[in-house]
Amino acid sequence: MKLLVNGQSIEIAQPQVTVQNMLEHFSLSNKIVVVEVDEQIVDKTQYSQFRLQDGAKIELVHFVGGG
Amino acid sequence: MENQMLSIGPHTFKSRLLLGTGKFPNFEVQKEAVEVSETEVLTFAVRRMNIFEPHQPNFLEMLDLEKYTLLPNTAGAATAEEAVRIARLAKASGLCDMIKVEVIGDAKTLLPDPLETVKACEILLEEDFIVLPYISDDVLLAKRLQQLGVHAVMPGASPIGSGQGIINPLNLSFIIEQASVPVIVDAGIGSPSDAAYAMELGADGVLLNTAVSGAKLPIQMAQAMKLAIEAGRLGFEAGRIPAKKYATSSSPMDGMITI
Repeated sequence: MKLLVNGQSIEIAQPQVTVQNMLEHFSLSNKIVVVEVDEQIVDKTQYSQFRLQDGAKIELVHFVGGG
Repeated sequence: MENQMLSIGPHTFKSRLLLGTGKFPNFEVQKEAVEVSETEVLTFAVRRMNIFEPHQPNFLEMLDLEKYTLLPNTAGAATAEEAVRIARLAKASGLCDMIKVEVIGDAKTLLPDPLETVKACEILLEEDFIVLPYISDDVLLAKRLQQLGVHAVMPGASPIGSGQGIINPLNLSFIIEQASVPVIVDAGIGSPSDAAYAMELGADGVLLNTAVSGAKLPIQMAQAMKLAIEAGRLGFEAGRIPAKKYATSSSPMDGMITI
């Protein structure tokens, strides 16, 4: 499955990938992160249910220093 | 007594210093600067995670989130649509309901676009955000935003990061005079006296970042800013003497030993 994550093209081996799978793949499951798939925010409670489609455009964002 | 706390929407704060978290030299200095500042509100930007380096240290993770109210900003947005998108992402973290609406219209001056700012505020107010727009010191814009229902207005003292201090005290005083919500002077503060001046003009608080993070000694500067804001506020509440053209002696005329 090919995903566009934070502007980068990523290949994930499994055919069925949930948001939770993807976060684990990137070692992000314990981090403060907000997930947007195809410009829709995915609620935290849905991470294990939300299945990603091939070619999905994903943004993984967090808080950084800023004024 | 009643003026001792700063109230923004449902939140009340003892400290009138709001602190930005950008551009500190390192996390240790930043942590201590935050602590000595005694701030209760920290701003943050919303950015992509580095998916190839997930274990990079992150300042937010070093904080006791019970002690601080997070004020994410929409920095990076050039349109209302982009600002709203960023705000929604910030809120989805579950960590905050406040948003600093920052929609910049020009890369050189980093001045905010008033029309996009108003549009963004309208939408975010509908979605129950606690909205704090960053604006130029435009009195009528402040008034319009208040009428919309924003929870504070944040006029700039001078361009972001410029350290020029308050270049238009007249407009700031007009904004403060007509304010129906807290006025937080945000952007361009350089020295502690700038921050004190803002408070002496009657501002309800000051938001600064570069003034501390870019100082030679950020921890000391954080402390200086904390004291300056307290002094300025106290001075404002104490009611200063008017400025007069001519002198009035402080010593009595009676009983002089000289003829």
